[in-house]
Amino acid sequence: MSEEWEPNIIVIACNWCTYQAADLAGSLRYSYPPTVKVVRVPCSGRVEPEFVLEALINGADGVLIGGCHPGDCHYKEGNYKALRRFKLLHKLLTELGIEPERVRLEWIGGSEGLKFAEVMKEFDATIRKLGPNPLKR
Amino acid sequence: MALKFAFYLAAGCAGCEMALVDLADRLIDALGDLEIVFWAPTVADIKYKDLEAMPDKSIDIALVDGAIRLSEQEHIVKVLRKKAKILVAFGACAAMGGIPGLANLHTKDEIFETVYFNTYSTDNPDGVVPQTKCVVDGKYELTLPEFWNEVKALHQVVDVDYFVGGCPPHHEHVAKIVEAIVSGNLPPKGSWITDGKSVCDVCPRNPANKGETRETVKEVKRTIEGIPDEERCLLQQGYLCFGPITQGDCGASCPKVNIPCRGCGGPLPGVKDFGARAIASLASILEDSAVDQLMEKYPSLAKLFYRYSLPVATINKRR
Ligand code: SF4
Ligand code: SF4
Ligand code: SF4
Ligand code: FES
Repeated sequence: MSEEWEPNIIVIACNWCTYQAADLAGSLRYSYPPTVKVVRVPCSGRVEPEFVLEALINGADGVLIGGCHPGDCHYKEGNYKALRRFKLLHKLLTELGIEPERVRLEWIGGSEGLKFAEVMKEFDATIRKLGPNPLKR
Repeated sequence: MALKFAFYLAAGCAGCEMALVDLADRLIDALGDLEIVFWAPTVADIKYKDLEAMPDKSIDIALVDGAIRLSEQEHIVKVLRKKAKILVAFGACAAMGGIPGLANLHTKDEIFETVYFNTYSTDNPDGVVPQTKCVVDGKYELTLPEFWNEVKALHQVVDVDYFVGGCPPHHEHVAKIVEAIVSGNLPPKGSWITDGKSVCDVCPRNPANKGETRETVKEVKRTIEGIPDEERCLLQQGYLCFGPITQGDCGASCPKVNIPCRGCGGPLPGVKDFGARAIASLASILEDSAVDQLMEKYPSLAKLFYRYSLPVATINKRR
């Protein structure tokens, strides 16, 4: 592992919750690691498993999908679909040798700026411990 | 003038060649228009050195069935690519890696360990494993091809002009392809030769074609559990069917005999990663508890979702 390696973390965030939480974290000055890059989607149900694979193959060291809490999805059940997809994708990735901790699903509501910052810090630490994405090695 | 035609079996089972032979009298008719210049190792007695001696671009059309696993196969397809004007990845193995491609979930050492030591029928007290070179009687050097670390689809080794799905391709589809080859009526290079319909589109069980609505699925069943109803959509009955995302040039062969589709026809246009799309498709129709059940019942999701396509998947081998 080279000394200057810094994690590259992709957060695919639902516009109505996790993305708002990221915004809030910013305005409330809760700091979170600069390794986190947020991509906005209309709903966690919009996240195709292909997005996660593409992120990984293109060098993301960690991928986190952020959606609304159960019952809070603006499109009613996008987040339940996201969870069903995630469970299958997560097991598949594990079989392909990707550490399970590298890919994560979290429910972070629009008012949870602090939770957003905390989860990002923790995820960044986890990825640092794991090291670079094995697809790059 | 007859078209110069070649067929080469790489890491496959020769089922694709059988599919061509299955055309029977229609193949005999076509043979008037085709001159077989190379068909190894199964049909014609033409040596590799004969192929190597042919002028470049002297073969009009070459079909390859099977994936690329050995150095020998890699060498021959590179030679074929030079000699042939049109090169076709014929069948699931050549087009996507196919069943042999599932070996990418295991290392070369694991495979050798299983094949040469651990199977019930193996008796190998001296622990012999194949070597690429060995000298017999102190003077004869014998060689074997190198066994690569991973299985590849044809286009991952050489440029491919056309892709044909199916394990093997359905003989009616093969008939259309032969006709297209003979008449020169081929689609733009780089494409799949397909009708472009999904297996569901051509499946007699499709609820949409019978004016029924699709329901969410509460229970997942493996094919060994129970006997599916002969009329109803298999997916609706909980048997995981990949008809919605697979090219249907087989005419829904499997659902017609009560077996769910496993995707051998190749991905529908727009499906970049078959396994990822299989997940998306199942997550849309299975209820939460059915997803949990699926994960309990199937020991390997990779072998289910990438049954025919692991080498061309975004993550194409175990890391
Ligand atoms: S695609 Fe199927 S029938 Fe054709 S060579 Fe491969 S395993 Fe055999
Ligand atoms: S899911 Fe399978 S059984 Fe159902 S309509 Fe599609 S191909 Fe036929
Ligand atoms: S139904 Fe699916 S698995 Fe069966 S032959 Fe057709 S494409 Fe292949
Ligand atoms: S709107 Fe946020 S997860 Fe659906």
